[in-house]
Amino acid sequence: MIYFDNSATTKPNEEVLDTFHKVASIYYGNPSSVHSFGLQTEKLLAQARRQIASLLNVGESEIYFTSGGTESNNLAIKGVANQFRNRGKHLITTKIEHPSVENACEYLKKDGFDITYLPVDENGRIHLDDLKKAIRDDTILVSIMHVNNEIGVIQPIEEIGSLLQNYPKILFHVDVVQGIGKVPIDFHKSQIDLATISAHKFHGLKGTGALYVREGVKLTPLLHGGNQEKGLRSGTENVPGIVAMAKALRLAFEDFNQKRHEMEKIRDYLRHELIKIDQTTINTPEMHIAPHILNFSVEGFKAEVLVNTFSEKQLYVSTTSACSSKRNEPSKTLLAMGVDQKRAESSIRISLSYENTIQEAERAVKVIKSSIEKLLPVMRGSI
Amino acid sequence: MDTIYLDHAATTPVHPEVVREMVGCLEKTYGNPSSIHGIGRQARRLVDQARNLAAQSIGAKFNEIIFTSGGTEADNLALIGTAFANRNRGNHIITTSIEHPAILQTCKYLEINGFDVTYLPVDSSGRVDIDTLKKHLRDDTILVSVMYANNEVGTIQPIQEIAQLLSNHSAIFHTDAVQAYGLLPIDCEDLGVDLLSVSAHKINGPKGIGFLYAKNGVKFTPHQYGGEQERKRRAGTENVPGIVGFAKAIEIMMKKRVENFHRYEQLRRLFIDTLNDRGISFEVNGDLKNGLPHILNISFPETNVEQMLVNLDLEGIAASGGSACTAGAVEPSHVLKAMFGAHSEKLFNSVRFSFGYGLTEENIQKAAEKTADIVKRLTS
Ligand SMILES: Cc1ncc(COP(=O)(O)O)c(C=O)c1O
Ligand SMILES: Cc1ncc(COP(=O)(O)O)c(C=O)c1O
Repeated sequence: MIYFDNSATTKPNEEVLDTFHKVASIYYGNPSSVHSFGLQTEKLLAQARRQIASLLNVGESEIYFTSGGTESNNLAIKGVANQFRNRGKHLITTKIEHPSVENACEYLKKDGFDITYLPVDENGRIHLDDLKKAIRDDTILVSIMHVNNEIGVIQPIEEIGSLLQNYPKILFHVDVVQGIGKVPIDFHKSQIDLATISAHKFHGLKGTGALYVREGVKLTPLLHGGNQEKGLRSGTENVPGIVAMAKALRLAFEDFNQKRHEMEKIRDYLRHELIKIDQTTINTPEMHIAPHILNFSVEGFKAEVLVNTFSEKQLYVSTTSACSSKRNEPSKTLLAMGVDQKRAESSIRISLSYENTIQEAERAVKVIKSSIEKLLPVMRGSI
Repeated sequence: MDTIYLDHAATTPVHPEVVREMVGCLEKTYGNPSSIHGIGRQARRLVDQARNLAAQSIGAKFNEIIFTSGGTEADNLALIGTAFANRNRGNHIITTSIEHPAILQTCKYLEINGFDVTYLPVDSSGRVDIDTLKKHLRDDTILVSVMYANNEVGTIQPIQEIAQLLSNHSAIFHTDAVQAYGLLPIDCEDLGVDLLSVSAHKINGPKGIGFLYAKNGVKFTPHQYGGEQERKRRAGTENVPGIVGFAKAIEIMMKKRVENFHRYEQLRRLFIDTLNDRGISFEVNGDLKNGLPHILNISFPETNVEQMLVNLDLEGIAASGGSACTAGAVEPSHVLKAMFGAHSEKLFNSVRFSFGYGLTEENIQKAAEKTADIVKRLTS
């Protein structure tokens, strides 16, 4: 079996599993309880927070736990909008964000906010000039993703952060869900105010994530109740999941450069081999890209057909992002890059993890080649 | 020292079979249910099975279950979601003064956003009165939220009667069944509720997962936007292992519910009898006849709750002063305040003992004896 769909979700690391198993079995107290059972879990929670903060090189009081990337993105965007709606009602984001950013913005649009969606060039990157031009007196938030989940392109986060230094009233949110542990990012240097992470993208568990909130930044909460997470996120904490996330993040950062280079090697091998197939076009640009994502199109094929065919041979890849895979809509990132509809509809994403090997890539290439060859007559016949 | 955990209303130990099920899922079925390939479809199947079971456990339909990150999110989704979606019909909400903070704080948020909220009083047993509710019901009431059973004193509310009263009113009816689920029989149709919240970690399931039952046709706006998960009502990659663990906990609960009910009734009786045998003075807060059997809230005159809790903890007994979910703070309970008034001593001398999985009669006897000893020591 070859699992090349790590941007959709990853397999929990074994050590992460052990951590989860142990904490879930033994430390069941409610961290809000004042007795020893509660204090024990409270301690574990604090430790996890400290570990994650230190790996991200931020303060522990700046980490807030959530139920995942979607909640963190919604909390950041709706939280800023509700907190600062009297200051302004304009938000800037891009055309290639994950649906959890896009649809949070669309919701705000209905609520009277004005949203600017920045375009990207043929390489999937925004231009600073466009951003600069879009900024208004009533702009309260700029939300731009770090690594795109469909093609793996990296946005110029540091440059955007510097530009925004000229606008101290605008907050800067970055969805780092795909990039964390794979592409270096410095929250301070990039002047980031809010950043979203999700554990199941780095071999942690689904249902856990975090939002980095720079000290001093105020947000309106999404969830109200027992005032956990200093009032920003109520609800009994998922302690086993959180402790497992800390472990997963530590493992992702361990031998970071080596893991990154391994993934780059596999990605480049795949690019090199796939390009040789007559029907394929590589959609992931060559520059400013993450080590783990490679998007390509196979001319004349519907992506679903290929994904299913590969799946039968136990090669798991995806059409676009998993969240929108069901909709049969072509990748909006590719469309935004100016790729034509047909090519976008036949696009496939391979996404790697540090657990993948070059041998798997070799086998994958064989599966892809033979599947295309086998299907070719059928596809031709149907046209 | 052997510790005795009597705080099952705050959270429960995860059942070993639940942990096993989750670990198995994490190892084998780690796919994203939205992925169309085989690994994704396997995960989707597990989520579907769990949804079926959750629906079955409350007599609901498959598509009436929305998985959430827990009871707090279910409560928030229910209230904020329906309030904003039905604003065109009115602006008045009725709840009670003894709800969990997940409801009360959400109502405060809605008040800031221009909604008018009535907080119904309760009697000294912690029950709301139907006639009072009737009196407050207005044409512009869009939502009524009354908890099924209280988390601090266990008192059960007349949900069915309230539903009957509301049957010829357009208000949406929500109940927070987080504490009741697992011990009381729940059939949403019979109960007559439109929305109902449940949390897994109160029934020996994992933390960070729960569900909201939303009757077909009830209008509400989502809380979290993104992918199309949960039929667009709750975006975010499904917490598959959490959902799978939850399902296991539901399965065990459905088999054991009646047995547990009687068992906890006995344990509660034993605790009270033991205190009586020791001749200390105490009073039960709530309603033994009409309360959840696993919650026993006791006032010990002339003691102080913090002192009690510290001493109990030293003796290895974990109990609580009210709801744990009012993070960290041992503030006077809003529930006891609603029952007895702001000046009652009971606000400062009451302890909640709550029972659950794994406890033996021996444990209870010992805990009650130690409690009696502490009370004697503190009041002599
Ligand atoms: C870039 C990006 N942001 C946000 C998310 C949402 O995170 P989650 O699945 O934890 O809700 C995802 C993944 O689905 C993603 O790829
Ligand atoms: C009655 C009641 N409602 C809601 C909640 C909140 O649920 P959760 O802890 O899953 O957020 C709790 C417990 O904490 C509760 O007892």
